[in-house]
Amino acid sequence: MNRIFTFLALSGVALFASEAIQGEVQKQALNISAIVMFVIFVGATLGITYWAAKRTKSAKDFYTAGGGITGFQNGMAIAGDYMSAASFLGISGLVYLKGYDGLIYSIGFLVGWPVILFMIAEPLRNLGKYTFADVASYRLRQGPIRTLAAFGSIATVILYLIAQMVGSGKLIQLLFGLHYEVAVILVGVLMVLYVTFGGMLATTWVQIVKAFLLLAGATFMAIAVMAHYDFSFSTLFSHATELKGASIMSPGGLVSDPVSAISLAVALMFGTAGLPHILMRFFTVGDAKEARKSVFFATGFIGYFYILTFIIGFGAIVLVFKNPHYLDTAKQAVSGGFPILGGNNMAAIHLSHAVGGDFFLGFISAVAFATILAVVSGLTLAGASAISHDLYASVFKKGQVDGITEMRVSKIATVALGVVAIIMGIAFEKQNIAFVVGLAFAIAASANFPILFLSMYWKKLTTRGAVIGGSLGLATAVLLVILGPIVWVQILGNAHAIFPYKYPALFSVVVAFIGIYIFSVTDNSEEAKAEREAFEAQYIRSQTGIGAEGASEH
Amino acid sequence: MKKELVDQIKNDPNYKELVAKRGSFSLKLTMAMLVVYFAFILTIAFDPSLLAVPLSSDSVTTVGIPIGMAVIVFAFILTGIYTKRANGEFDDLSNKIKNSIKDNG
Repeated sequence: MNRIFTFLALSGVALFASEAIQGEVQKQALNISAIVMFVIFVGATLGITYWAAKRTKSAKDFYTAGGGITGFQNGMAIAGDYMSAASFLGISGLVYLKGYDGLIYSIGFLVGWPVILFMIAEPLRNLGKYTFADVASYRLRQGPIRTLAAFGSIATVILYLIAQMVGSGKLIQLLFGLHYEVAVILVGVLMVLYVTFGGMLATTWVQIVKAFLLLAGATFMAIAVMAHYDFSFSTLFSHATELKGASIMSPGGLVSDPVSAISLAVALMFGTAGLPHILMRFFTVGDAKEARKSVFFATGFIGYFYILTFIIGFGAIVLVFKNPHYLDTAKQAVSGGFPILGGNNMAAIHLSHAVGGDFFLGFISAVAFATILAVVSGLTLAGASAISHDLYASVFKKGQVDGITEMRVSKIATVALGVVAIIMGIAFEKQNIAFVVGLAFAIAASANFPILFLSMYWKKLTTRGAVIGGSLGLATAVLLVILGPIVWVQILGNAHAIFPYKYPALFSVVVAFIGIYIFSVTDNSEEAKAEREAFEAQYIRSQTGIGAEGASEH
Repeated sequence: MKKELVDQIKNDPNYKELVAKRGSFSLKLTMAMLVVYFAFILTIAFDPSLLAVPLSSDSVTTVGIPIGMAVIVFAFILTGIYTKRANGEFDDLSNKIKNSIKDNG
């Protein structure tokens, strides 16, 4: 029994981790107020894009919004990147389903941020220009390092995009009553418009607007819930336990064994520090001071958001669970219990109706869709930068290319990524994509992060070590995900997983670090010697910001 | 960056102070975050019942709730502490280093 429970709990995590609404969804009736509000949002963001397009003249404007975003704005945008539709719906749904376990999950997603601030943010800002590969290849050989970093970035971005596209198709189908394909194409077209015309400036402001709307909507819901119970948590909790039992107040089965616990923690911490669309945001601010403020504000917004989702989840327990209005009677007839319409991930959506009626339901639905649009735009921009700045300009053209041409290649890459995202989104509609975001985090943690981190802090790192070690980490992550319980058992239908853990990060990150170490220290080439000698100057720049990229003049 | 400039900055007492102070400060705060988080997550992995203890005999609220909230607030406070000191003291040191380069032409 206990084992079944653990298995269910872990599948639950994988489900939420996939950042997608899984399973069959029924198309709902057309939701007019949601569509009206969504059209207003799209109109406003296209307005932002028009405004941003006039200000996006150089490659620097395109990649980094001219470097003129403030710490507060960037903190909001970073928080926006992190507060995806799935973390809003998924985490509140997890709290609704299992109570305390949702909080454990949120905390795991949050604690990487302070570490990014203490270790990564400043040197990254001081050394880089447009992409994190700028930093990783600062004193190493451009060709191989940029190719590997770009490969890691593009893989992360495409995996993430697939999850977002599939999630958006299903969510929109459910919330707006649109067809799945229509929804996916709509998301793809809008994100290409934002990115190609407005670059990072439009992407950042779309993200800020959405983050504000999401925080405002979630705050309203949390206050409405608390107002029902005279702002007393103990009253809210006692009502919730009357409905769902005392077990929701303590850890259930989310984290079952120490290896999984540590591996998940490693994936979330190092993975966050290796996500290309997050790292790219640090180049949009003027200097290291603003970069630090960005993380401070981002951590505050994200932490606040997770506290809200916890209240929202409990609010859904008391106001949605067993409420006949939201009950899926067809499903109940088959499986019993009290299933809600659209599944547990819809708990927050139903709660918005319970506390604010049709109008507020429309608002929250529109915000959920806006959230997806903003997140996919950031991802696409990061992927396009890896293609144009790292692969085309630095590897293929060896730096001999002007900014305008590079920007044009970036726009072409954006359109190509948009097409790929739409095709993948449609192709993966009925697939089990539970492994996708886990794999994206594993690659970010095992390939991107170790190279970036060691290039900043370890003098003896050489090109050979970084390329071989990073590739080993990447290969290990991919292999262990394939041999793990989700792909090997659930998708390929084998009886037992060859690799028993769902999260490979603990193992693949260790492989990457050991590989980089061994192949660096044994590298006695002349080139390696020169790379080690170049460390001193790089370290001074990373620590003091002397020589760092500034904001562009406008 | 030229070799002479690298040597000059490397031997600048302000630079040495900056690297030493920030290095140990970052490391301490990182350790603080890791210790708190791993204490929390490993408690859940090894003995979740510790977090299931009610706050008082007539309360359904468990100690796990304020502890979980405290971890979130702790993470935020750490970023605040670091940002405050780095944007003040550490940036002042960086600026001194930058000025000394300008003075020496």
